[in-house]
Amino acid sequence: MFPEEVLEHVFSFLTSHTDRNSVSLVCKTWYEMERWCRKRVFIGNCYAVNPKVIIKRFPEVKGVELKGKPHFADFNLVPEGWGGFVWPWVVEFAKGYPWLEEIRLKRMVVSDECLEIVAKSFSKFRVLVLESCDGFSTDGLASIASHCRNLRVLDLRECEVEELSGHWLSHFPDSFTSLEVLNIACLGSEVSFSALERLVARSPKLKTLRLNRTVPLEKLSTLLQRAPQLIDFGTGSYSAEIRSDVYSSLKDAFSSCKNLKSLSGFWDVTPAYLPVVHSVCSQLTSLNLSYASTQSPELTKIRLVVLDCIEDTGLNTVSMTCKDLRELVVFPSEPFVGDAEVQLTEQGLVSVSQGCSKLQSVLYFCRQMSNSALISISKNRPNLTCFRLCIIEPTVPDYLTLEPLDVGFGSIVENCKQLTRLSMSGLLTDRVFEYIGTHAKNLDMLSIAFAGDSDLGLHHVLSGCDSLRKLEIRDCPFGDKALLANASKLEKMRSLWMSSCLVSFGACKLLGQKMPGLNVEVIDERENLNSLPEYAPVE
Amino acid sequence: MITNMEKQAQAYEIMANNKDLNLKATELRLGLPGSESPEREVVVHGSAIKILVAGAKRGFSDAINGGYGVGLVKNGGQETDVLVTPKPALLEKKTQVSDKLNGQSSSPAPKQQVVGWPPIRSFRKNTMAVSHTKNEEKDDPKIGSGCLYVKVSMDGAPYLRKVDLEIYSCYLDLSSALEKMFSCFTIGQYGSHEVRTRDGLSETRLMDLLHGSEYVLTYEDKDGDWMLVGDVPWDMFIASCKRLRIMKSSDAIGLAPRAREKSRNCTEPNNE
Repeated sequence: MFPEEVLEHVFSFLTSHTDRNSVSLVCKTWYEMERWCRKRVFIGNCYAVNPKVIIKRFPEVKGVELKGKPHFADFNLVPEGWGGFVWPWVVEFAKGYPWLEEIRLKRMVVSDECLEIVAKSFSKFRVLVLESCDGFSTDGLASIASHCRNLRVLDLRECEVEELSGHWLSHFPDSFTSLEVLNIACLGSEVSFSALERLVARSPKLKTLRLNRTVPLEKLSTLLQRAPQLIDFGTGSYSAEIRSDVYSSLKDAFSSCKNLKSLSGFWDVTPAYLPVVHSVCSQLTSLNLSYASTQSPELTKIRLVVLDCIEDTGLNTVSMTCKDLRELVVFPSEPFVGDAEVQLTEQGLVSVSQGCSKLQSVLYFCRQMSNSALISISKNRPNLTCFRLCIIEPTVPDYLTLEPLDVGFGSIVENCKQLTRLSMSGLLTDRVFEYIGTHAKNLDMLSIAFAGDSDLGLHHVLSGCDSLRKLEIRDCPFGDKALLANASKLEKMRSLWMSSCLVSFGACKLLGQKMPGLNVEVIDERENLNSLPEYAPVE
Repeated sequence: MITNMEKQAQAYEIMANNKDLNLKATELRLGLPGSESPEREVVVHGSAIKILVAGAKRGFSDAINGGYGVGLVKNGGQETDVLVTPKPALLEKKTQVSDKLNGQSSSPAPKQQVVGWPPIRSFRKNTMAVSHTKNEEKDDPKIGSGCLYVKVSMDGAPYLRKVDLEIYSCYLDLSSALEKMFSCFTIGQYGSHEVRTRDGLSETRLMDLLHGSEYVLTYEDKDGDWMLVGDVPWDMFIASCKRLRIMKSSDAIGLAPRAREKSRNCTEPNNE
């Protein structure tokens, strides 16, 4: 038996939440020890537990991470006002964690009042990361700026902010010099440039700066000159009249950034200004050109995010030059147009899978796919961990054979044994779910839309995927039988989303009754839900 | 409790092993009493293709193509209306392909509308739309703000729908799309017998209804007034339309003259 001090020391090396959760299950002593030394807590579903319970169990927490709305809320499938309010958490934290340093929220509703409480309650507050959050305005940001004297990170990732004024930045006092990360890329309105410039100038530790679209290209060199230590830079609007003085000062500014590893932004690209970035290309690990609707030059990177304007030829170049590529994301430039003009097909992805041996993660939007392409991809890249394919038109078959894409996706799960995340599209029958249930033993998250024929499909997934924790399904003919037959599986999962399927109200009620450990929620905007007959399907 | 689950699981095992899953017996149905899920004859370019459609019901039946699930009809509501069947998109694509093989030209299938698909965040949609209007040389009317969703309700139908007006270019496109969306409700009301005795009318039933005496298509404009659809030029219509309603003609009798009066009294300079 080790003395407590030794165990505590050992535990301090455990940072993964899964590991810490496992440790706490070993025995009562370990549970007690672990809970006293846990510094960071992660709650994947804000409705899974009461904040008071967390505070009681983990009294020494310095950082909290919370997730609210289901993933499909990103695509407008969750009604307004559904929930994910962080208010009750913040109120409890203000009481129970006066030394809280870090708050990270994803898909939660954050009000200005919440931000004010955060700003005023935690004297050591350092890190605020809000991802896909909404409900607050620039006034809330002003509170944070005014009161958080030790703030290091203000990271607004894809939030919806009510922008009342651009002067919130000026609320950072002159004595404030600790900023390390500033990401305001999601703001649509102008922020005070002079306040921004002064802030950057007095932040020697600034490592990440992601500007918003309103910062013009001409002003970039001013900012970069003040922050040559940057590692991660996001430009604003990357368009301007072609002027040699602007060009050369920007080029010099980029050259002086010796530590730059990641570039993003690039709204409204004027192609003539792109070569300015070439001097830093070789050192980049991440390049996000997903707002640049022009063909991108060849650049070496680990993470590449582009639009389909890159086309198959561009991806072919990537496959030949980006030998360290780990993650590829290709967004559609015109998602709502039936026939695209861009020449981006399954070929681009096949090329990259052939040439980039380190490729692990793919998010690919395209308009056609074939089983043979999927089989090739799976054989080229058995090391894939994340494969998300979105064929833009729902239920589209293999364009060569007109067969469903069952065999292709089956090959993906069979060959890519480390696959943890999968999103599918195209024409799919119950067969693909049989393959998934049989082979996808490491699958953690599965997203399905417009697929399958019957409950058998869902049954295969729930009974076969041993590691499955997140399942989101829309518009599939899955109903009560598979759900109820696999009810015990649901308790091992974090979340299940089913919308526009064939689940009846009665089954939901039954599930809620029989499995008290489950939180069963029915979202259906018809009136008189309780008067619906048992067999009535719910949304 | 556990026994029930086990029984269910066992029953399911049996079912799973039995290849001929008798789906019809276990269909979930929500529908008008006494009405069956009708079969529709869809005549497309000379070749008759039989598809089984669940009307207003979440019926779910085997179809010719084997495990061809249909009829994901959605309920009404505010922001989460989800539209229409992905499967007909498949059907149309298939018929397009076969038509091309036969050397016939097929008209492009009207775009099926689906909320939340493709799965792209809205900020990205808006960004792309704006940068397109900046970068493009020619004006492509299809790329406006990206989407202009309005609700469509039909008297007597249990669910609301939403349509994106931006994707249509004229009244005819809009009414064909609406007809497809809502025809299942009108057929449900008439029952299977009547449909079968009328030749090739299933598709055009609502059209008849719309053009005939049964229903009219109306819209609520920016002023909150209900107007008859079709009176004003298309561009003006999509600029002022807030929502659509397919209402019974009998209810609209009082409406029409007012609508016409309004356009007569319209004080917009370019109308004088």
